[in-house]
Amino acid sequence: MGFLDIRNVTKSYGSVKVLHQVDIEVEEGEFLVLVGPSGCGKSTLLNMIAGLEGITSGDIAIKGRVVNGVHPSKRNIAMVFQSYALYPNMTVGQNMTFGLEMHGVPKAEREKALADVARLLQIENLLDRKPGQLSGGQRQRVAMGRALVRDPDVFLFDEPLSNLDAKLRVDMRTEIKKLHEKLKTTIVYVTHDQIEAMTLSTRIAVMYRGYVQQLGTPREIYDAPANVYVATFMGSPAMNVLPARVTMRDGVPHAEIAVRDGANRFLKFSQANMAAWEGREILLGIRPEAITDPDGADRNSRNIVALTNRIGVTEPAGADTYVTMELGGKDIVARMRADANVAPGADFEFAVNMDKAVAFDPETEDRIAP
Amino acid sequence: MAPAQQDTAVHTGRIARTFIYVVLLVFALFYLLPFFVMLVNSLKPLSEITDGNMMALPRAWTLEPWRQAWSSAQIGVQPTGLKPYFVNSLLMVVPAVAITTVLGALNGYVLTKWTFPGHRIIFGLLLFTCFIPFQIVLIPMATVLGKLGLAGSIPGLILVHCVYGIGFSTLYYRNYYAAFPTELVRAAMIDGAGFFRIFFRIMLPVSGPITVVSVIWLFTNIWNDFLFGASFGGQSQPMTVALNNLVQSSTGVKEYNVHFAGAILAALPTLVVYIVAGRYFVRGLMAGSVKG
Ligand SMILES: Nc1ncnc2c1ncn2[C@@H]1O[C@H](COP(=O)(O)OP(=O)(O)OP(=O)(O)O)[C@@H](O)[C@H]1O
Ligand SMILES: [Mg+2]
Repeated sequence: MGFLDIRNVTKSYGSVKVLHQVDIEVEEGEFLVLVGPSGCGKSTLLNMIAGLEGITSGDIAIKGRVVNGVHPSKRNIAMVFQSYALYPNMTVGQNMTFGLEMHGVPKAEREKALADVARLLQIENLLDRKPGQLSGGQRQRVAMGRALVRDPDVFLFDEPLSNLDAKLRVDMRTEIKKLHEKLKTTIVYVTHDQIEAMTLSTRIAVMYRGYVQQLGTPREIYDAPANVYVATFMGSPAMNVLPARVTMRDGVPHAEIAVRDGANRFLKFSQANMAAWEGREILLGIRPEAITDPDGADRNSRNIVALTNRIGVTEPAGADTYVTMELGGKDIVARMRADANVAPGADFEFAVNMDKAVAFDPETEDRIAP
Repeated sequence: MAPAQQDTAVHTGRIARTFIYVVLLVFALFYLLPFFVMLVNSLKPLSEITDGNMMALPRAWTLEPWRQAWSSAQIGVQPTGLKPYFVNSLLMVVPAVAITTVLGALNGYVLTKWTFPGHRIIFGLLLFTCFIPFQIVLIPMATVLGKLGLAGSIPGLILVHCVYGIGFSTLYYRNYYAAFPTELVRAAMIDGAGFFRIFFRIMLPVSGPITVVSVIWLFTNIWNDFLFGASFGGQSQPMTVALNNLVQSSTGVKEYNVHFAGAILAALPTLVVYIVAGRYFVRGLMAGSVKG
């Protein structure tokens, strides 16, 4: 039993089911990120944890106490909203202590909690201002401060950074991470930004169309995505997914890939269990950083395969150069070192790190290896 | 003055602008002229009016018509002046506006932030009251007031005006609160505030502009109402009915200067409400609560 338990939770609006059998166990001190595209049900799930939306079926328990039907203010949670939702008529200080006041905390204690949190977030000089007199980043901090003074069991964040500009977003992301490392409070955090999900979380739940597609650590999600959806959603540029056929050569399974020039390419699998798929079609997933120039190949890999192919487009991006090529009828992106000698239209010997390759069942799109 | 002329996006020609101002000036004159006539004639002795020339300024300035209209003119059969009716109107309009505004605000709050199945139908029915002509309800209303024992009394008038006003005030507040971020209400719920605390601490403090609109509208309508006052006023008739009685009295000479003074007296409170309430018509109360 976890600290926050979401057991077989579903949500329907009338006849429309927007969440299907969600099952997540969150340990104390964890930073769980719910990530997925718009409309996949992230906010709905968060609001159900908060008690702002009813639960159609299933249970949500916090610290072992089932909270279905418990009023939001009695769940000992605090929430940071996407729009910050600061009370416009109150000063920053009043905004932050309103919750404590409503819970009947004596004034002296409120003042102390306020001072502590204000110091933590470095907003001591803003306490007498109204929200209208703050910058976006400051508002964001106040919204977090309002949650922090409560010292709740669980923090809920609904896309707290989505309204900030790119630079501020990165800064606040680091601050949230630091804050979590300092306070060790359990956090459930909603975002549709996969980079935020990777950098902040201890675990990620990737959601799509009301289903949790995969629940795991950022590493697991990145290296062993449960299905094609997760594989292509996480990572930028997205993982290359191309059709291939499993063929045995010298008793070892290979991925045979059709190329427009007629000469099929063979990439040796690192996973022996792919032999079971001999003669069958699969979807092969290779991340752009696993296709490099030979000098840039991962030295720790046990299985670097050389692949000669014609370069399509090159896109220098500062630190790296991205190269597009045709493989298996798809445009495949490869990541070269910035000074790799690549010219559009030329034949080039790529190095493919097959240790990092993933295979999917083309029917179900679920992962079959590794 | 700004040191350099700002180059604005819209260039309105000098001629066009002059034309606009002239037209506006004509409109303003058109509306101000009757008021001017009322004012000057209320300040001169009757003889000056009957001599003709309504437009001229008084030769002998006097406040006597005002004093008469207020305290001694013949209203119906009693020489009471308009004073007691003015008081009646105040006793009617203040509670009616207050009750209607508060109920409208609560309705708007419930209909937007605490929605329940069928809330749209309820709102539709409330809106319907805005479109029912007064005349239709006269007889049923008289029956109800009679049954309640409120016929011919100020509380009866208050009730009638509340019933009629609530559709409008609900409409105003509902539309205003519909644009109020629901996340604020949710945040307050998590903070532990209940139904009324959220209303009084979060919603009401930012409802100034719409309250001004609602108060101006209700005050003007209720103060100026004649039909309900004449029908249900009984012994406690409002100002409008009294003014009518003053002006329409068939005995004696028509004292136009007193009539003008009485008419201005009757219009004064709504004028004051416009000027006073308009000052509180502040914008930007929601600044900074949610991202822009
Ligand atoms: N009150 C409602 N009635 C019917 N459907 C709803 C209601 N609220 C949400 N939905 C549906 O539930 C689904 C999930 O919505 P939700 O707000 O949880 O999405 P989300 O993952 O948070 O998306 P976003 O990233 O855009 O915020 C959506 O398809 C939405 O249309
Ligand atoms: Mg959302």
